[in-house]
Amino acid sequence: MDKFGFTISAGRQIDYDSNNRRLAEYIFEKEPSFRLCIECGGCSATCTTANFTGFSLRELHILIKRGENDQVRQNLNKCMLCGKCTLVCPRGVNTRNIVVLAKNAFQKSDEYEI
Amino acid sequence: MSKHVVVIGGGVAGLEVAGQLSKAGIEVSVIEKEINTGGHLNNWYRLFPDRRDSSEVKEYLDGMTHNHGINLLTNTTIEVFKRNTSHFLITTNGGKELTADAIIIATGFDLFKSSRKEEYGYGIYDNVITSVDLEKMFRKGKIALTNQTVPETIGIIHCVGSRDEKVGNFYCSKLCCVTAVKQAIEIREFLPDSKVFCFYMDMRMGGAFYEELYREAQEKWGVNFIRGKVSEASETIENKLLIKVEDTLAGRPLKMKLDMLVLMAGMEMSEDGEKIAGIVGLKTGENRFFAATDNLIGSNRSNIDGVFYAGSCTAPMNIPETISHARAAVVEVIDYLNDGIR
Repeated sequence: MDKFGFTISAGRQIDYDSNNRRLAEYIFEKEPSFRLCIECGGCSATCTTANFTGFSLRELHILIKRGENDQVRQNLNKCMLCGKCTLVCPRGVNTRNIVVLAKNAFQKSDEYEI
Repeated sequence: MSKHVVVIGGGVAGLEVAGQLSKAGIEVSVIEKEINTGGHLNNWYRLFPDRRDSSEVKEYLDGMTHNHGINLLTNTTIEVFKRNTSHFLITTNGGKELTADAIIIATGFDLFKSSRKEEYGYGIYDNVITSVDLEKMFRKGKIALTNQTVPETIGIIHCVGSRDEKVGNFYCSKLCCVTAVKQAIEIREFLPDSKVFCFYMDMRMGGAFYEELYREAQEKWGVNFIRGKVSEASETIENKLLIKVEDTLAGRPLKMKLDMLVLMAGMEMSEDGEKIAGIVGLKTGENRFFAATDNLIGSNRSNIDGVFYAGSCTAPMNIPETISHARAAVVEVIDYLNDGIR
């Protein structure tokens, strides 16, 4: 078949009802301070990784809460777990632990534990 | 001879002014268009930030008016307003004539008519309600959809009729954010299995104890906050509401089905206030509220000597601000009556 160079763009819309938010619920349970984020971006501003890559911990929080898990998984390993984000958070969110828990959860989901 | 002050409006500001003036030995008449005093207070179940029953504030205000012998004229409006050298002359709709040494305007606000934002479907779709409709449900003790079932997912839309050029209101009504937070908590209290989503442009938690309430909503009640203005709602075949919003913090559009939508109607200059502005000759601002002569040190003063403002007829105000503004108006009036300046 001739190829005309046309493609179909993947949808960018977040379909909240179809997304799986087990990851978010897992983190809410283990780290209740996850609920307190007010999306100020302090964590991303201080983040060493963010200065060199497209990684944003603030955005990662939102993606987890919306159940956009593929994107979460793609970005998670960029974090170096230095914990500077936790020091600057004005709401006292244990931001570092959220990354740790997300990593754990993916490991467990690969092993079908959650 | 005792001085006589006429207060126009028998809501929170008007009753507070009347009570305080009367305590100071001044004769007071209150003109109220409705049959009952109390204004918007009568529509509210509990009040932010500490969620006291609104009837407690109503009782306090009623006490102020009853204990101090105030001449209460309910079901009354103003038809004619005149000024001679030393007095104001008011003729009411019933033909009654009042002579006053000073006037206090306390006409309050109107809630934005949510049906004007047609894209949200108020008055068109079944389960789109306003913040006031929800308060009525709280008062009845039952949150239900039109088919009498209990909603599981509820969306709250902030800024309906506020910060919106399309409806001519570019200002922030300031109280709807905290109302949304309060109502979100109350929904979760009534319906522990429900999920509540607040769609906001900015969370404006400027008042005393508001931020604490916001935090409580997140921490204790698990209310979800999504930053973005809902662009439209549509009713689906299964009688749910499909909303579209940009999740601005994810930088992506989002869609979601909800059982119920609650619109946080903003505050507007009252229609009757506008009429009175015309009858009396008072200046109004670009936001259509009464314009004070000085926004910093004269927020009770009007462009007419002897006519003062109290409360949310000048700008959106919460109850403590309204009470404070009313008490400040009392000081201005007493000064005016004593030395005739302003």
